[in-house]
Amino acid sequence: MNPVSYLYLSALLFTIGGVGVLLRRNAIVVFMCVELMLNACNLAFVTFSRMHGNLDGQVFAFFTMVVAAAEVVVGLAIIVSVYRARHSASVDDASLLKL
Amino acid sequence: MNLAAASTTSTGEAVQFWVLAVVAVIGALATVLMKRAVHSALSLAGTMIVLAVFYLANGAYFLGIVQIVVYTGAIMMLFLFVVMLVGVTAADSLRETIRGQRWLAAACGLGFGILLVAGVANASLRHFDGLGRANAGGNVEGLAALVFTRYVYAFEITGALLITAAVGAMVLTHRERTARAATQRELSQERTRKGAYVAPLPAPGTYARHNANDIPALLPDGTPSDLSVSKVLRDRGQVRDVSREALADLAALEQRSAEWLERGRDEEPKGVAQ
Amino acid sequence: MENLIGLLVLVPLAGAGALLCGGRRLDRGGPWLGTLAAAVSFALGVVLFADMLGKGGEERTLDVTVFQWVPVGSFRADVGFHLDQLSMTFVLLITGVGSLIHLYSIGYMAHDERRRRFFGYLNLFLAAMLLLVLADNYLLLYVGWEGVGLASYLLIGFWQHKPSAATAAKKAFLVNRVGDMGMSIAIMLMFTTFGTFAFGPVLTAADRAGEGRLTAIALLLLLAACGKSAQVPLQSWLGDAMEGPTPVSALIHAATMVTAGVYLVTRSGAVFEGAPDAQTAVVTVGAVTLLFGAIVGCAKDDIKKALAGSTMSQIGYMILAAGLGPVGYVFAIMHLVTHGFFKAGLFLGAGSVMHGMNDEVDMRRYGGLRKYMPVTFVTFGLGYLAIIGFPGLSGFFSKDKIIEAAFAKGGTEGWILGGAALLGAAITAYYMTRVMIMTFFGEERWRPAPSPDEPSAEPAAGDRAGGMPHPHESPRTMTIPMIVLALGSVFAGGLFSVNDAFLKWLEPVTGHEEGNSPLGALTVTAATMAVLVLGVALAWAQYGRRPVPATAPPGSALTRAARRDLLQDDFNHVVLVRGGEHLTRSLVYLDHKLVDGVVNGTAASVGGLSGRMRRLQNGYVRSYAVSMFGGAAVLIAATLLMRAV
Repeated sequence: MNPVSYLYLSALLFTIGGVGVLLRRNAIVVFMCVELMLNACNLAFVTFSRMHGNLDGQVFAFFTMVVAAAEVVVGLAIIVSVYRARHSASVDDASLLKL
Repeated sequence: MNLAAASTTSTGEAVQFWVLAVVAVIGALATVLMKRAVHSALSLAGTMIVLAVFYLANGAYFLGIVQIVVYTGAIMMLFLFVVMLVGVTAADSLRETIRGQRWLAAACGLGFGILLVAGVANASLRHFDGLGRANAGGNVEGLAALVFTRYVYAFEITGALLITAAVGAMVLTHRERTARAATQRELSQERTRKGAYVAPLPAPGTYARHNANDIPALLPDGTPSDLSVSKVLRDRGQVRDVSREALADLAALEQRSAEWLERGRDEEPKGVAQ
Repeated sequence: MENLIGLLVLVPLAGAGALLCGGRRLDRGGPWLGTLAAAVSFALGVVLFADMLGKGGEERTLDVTVFQWVPVGSFRADVGFHLDQLSMTFVLLITGVGSLIHLYSIGYMAHDERRRRFFGYLNLFLAAMLLLVLADNYLLLYVGWEGVGLASYLLIGFWQHKPSAATAAKKAFLVNRVGDMGMSIAIMLMFTTFGTFAFGPVLTAADRAGEGRLTAIALLLLLAACGKSAQVPLQSWLGDAMEGPTPVSALIHAATMVTAGVYLVTRSGAVFEGAPDAQTAVVTVGAVTLLFGAIVGCAKDDIKKALAGSTMSQIGYMILAAGLGPVGYVFAIMHLVTHGFFKAGLFLGAGSVMHGMNDEVDMRRYGGLRKYMPVTFVTFGLGYLAIIGFPGLSGFFSKDKIIEAAFAKGGTEGWILGGAALLGAAITAYYMTRVMIMTFFGEERWRPAPSPDEPSAEPAAGDRAGGMPHPHESPRTMTIPMIVLALGSVFAGGLFSVNDAFLKWLEPVTGHEEGNSPLGALTVTAATMAVLVLGVALAWAQYGRRPVPATAPPGSALTRAARRDLLQDDFNHVVLVRGGEHLTRSLVYLDHKLVDGVVNGTAASVGGLSGRMRRLQNGYVRSYAVSMFGGAAVLIAATLLMRAV
């Protein structure tokens, strides 16, 4: 087996995550799908790190995790406050920004 | 790990990859397809653990541990907390409401995936160097050397980002109480004034046979009363309607009692006679 | 002396400013203040005149540049004054007659509540007119040109509560705009041809420009002159302008402003001399107008309109003379000055008659007034004798010379022009005698009260309101100017002709040639006398021996047409108004169907497209995410394609 297989897996997971974002209406699940995409990216980073024989890819994956953590914190806070205001966690309900 | 460039990995890693990759994909698909948010979260946690194993296999020992500790441990728990706070909503339904959205998503996803795979396949990535040399002084030490030298500014800035995010989350979720909380007396007066349901809600369960929380009480005409069941169960669609069954039971009971009474009528004169 | 020229313009301007902005405080003293400003201006003019007389013939020109007005690169337009004998003549005429008419107005407008404003406008007119004749370049002249137009508009429409006055003011303004357009285009042409507007460079360089260019400029200047001086074809406003107060008619629409066209043609003499075709046009306009105005004057029963026709006719004489070139310039200006005296006097006399007759203007309701208004009768009579060219009076000297110069043009042209001028003299004698007889002689036709449906021409106030008129002589402020003007009418021509004084005075500016008349000077004079007697006799036969009917008889076709100003308004209506309306309607139709169609079609298609595009923006985050995801896919495809290529 060649480590390229990890990249194929990463691409697959990323696509599944992306489709999930498009299909799910529950904001929490949408967020999970975004996390899935970020993780797929991390896997690619780690694989590239191994392929190139240096640790920079891992550092990037590390930073991605930090940013993802920050994003989750803020995103979930937003979901909670939206839920408080509208009693709904559906992303389709927040559709006022239109004509 | 090989020190020199190689084009294949060990057989053990290959076996591990093929087994766990299937698990990871199943977990990802379950995340997308599971109806309940809790199930999605658990599936995602499974996928992340698999990914942690892959990180370890790829020589990223520190990241593998962080993946388990931070992602699976902290972030997924955060998700579960929010799921608990928000509860079950109609948003969980998998029925599509935007016309054409499912087809467009499928087309985009398929095209994107194919292009991505094609891109990877197109790249000449036959050989890989392995991390033997990079990890020679220890993976954590190697990462630390990078993070605190070349990436030190990025590191500091992500620190600031984390602080900001934490403060932002507090600001977003904090609710200043601007008015005194209503007392029970005021709440009941309010209910009466609005002409809402004033009396205590009916208790669930029908007769003594069914006192489970998910079974609505039956009104005198035999129809079930939704008010008697908790809103969460109603929203989840977990209300068990037993009205038909109960009415059938009642009919059977009446018949039996009638039979019993008839027999008793036959016997009563006897008793009197006795 | 240089500073005095500026003051000459500035004093009336300051008077106008004070009167127009001063508010009610000046209501009482305003008329006297305005008159004082005019008188000071006249005094300054006299001082300058005396100074000029003290110099030699060639040194009399005075040039003053007050300030740089439009300095742009190498181009300069200055506010500068050019005082020579020609300007001096005008300055004295304007300020002199102007002062007299200011004085007259004090009496005439005594009962008008808005007389302060009236005097403000009069002063404004004086300032603008002085600017016009003193300017040393065409651009500044244009400022004065427009200024007198504005003052004329304001004063014709002074009684703006009368719709007829408001309409007349508008008409005068609009017709003048046509002429002003010619003026502005002429100035632009001058600039492209000579690179400057100043009189000196333009006039000295005129012979070097091409004849075609000169003809164009000259014709445009002629158009401007026609507009301002009420010459055919832009004559239609002058008759209606009589809606204004009579002093205004006397000052602006008889003595001064309407002669601005003559000034323009004379001043631009070098341009016209370089363009013989344009000169032909000028004399044609003059000859046609002098007959036109005279015929109109014969048919009018309104005393002021009859005099307006006469004004038109007399200015026709001046234009004719000015168009003849150096032969005629001096006589044009001389006739202008004498006409200024006697026509102003006639108008003031008419105003005096109206003042005493409850503002009645219909001569058929006058008659026998000589007993009641002796001063008016005598002064008006002297003006009458002057205008018809009675030997020894002003009109005789100036008009006779013009007729002679017209004959001197030579050839068929000379005979036609001379004949027209001679015929005009006959008609002048006829209609002026008619006016004289109908007003001052015959039976008193005003005894039966004027019909009440005749709207009062001027606001009746106090004792002048309604009832039977009781003719009376006018107050002294009115009679004194009339007397002075009558003296001018009698003696001006004679004084000018002693030793050819006027000729020698103006010659350094305008130049002069003696005309070679095919008829001798004496023959011309004799012929003029003959047609004069003929005209007077005809009028006497028609109006003096028979009673004048109180209502106008139907008359011949020519009379009826002349009463309608020889159908000038009908012509304008049919040709210009109707034509313009049709043009506008078709343009509007095109605009609606074609332009609006294109514009609306574009708007509608954009709107429809947007309406469809809008459906893409449904507010759902997931729809937007689809486009992002699709966009990312397209980006990857593009990247791969680039690599493949």
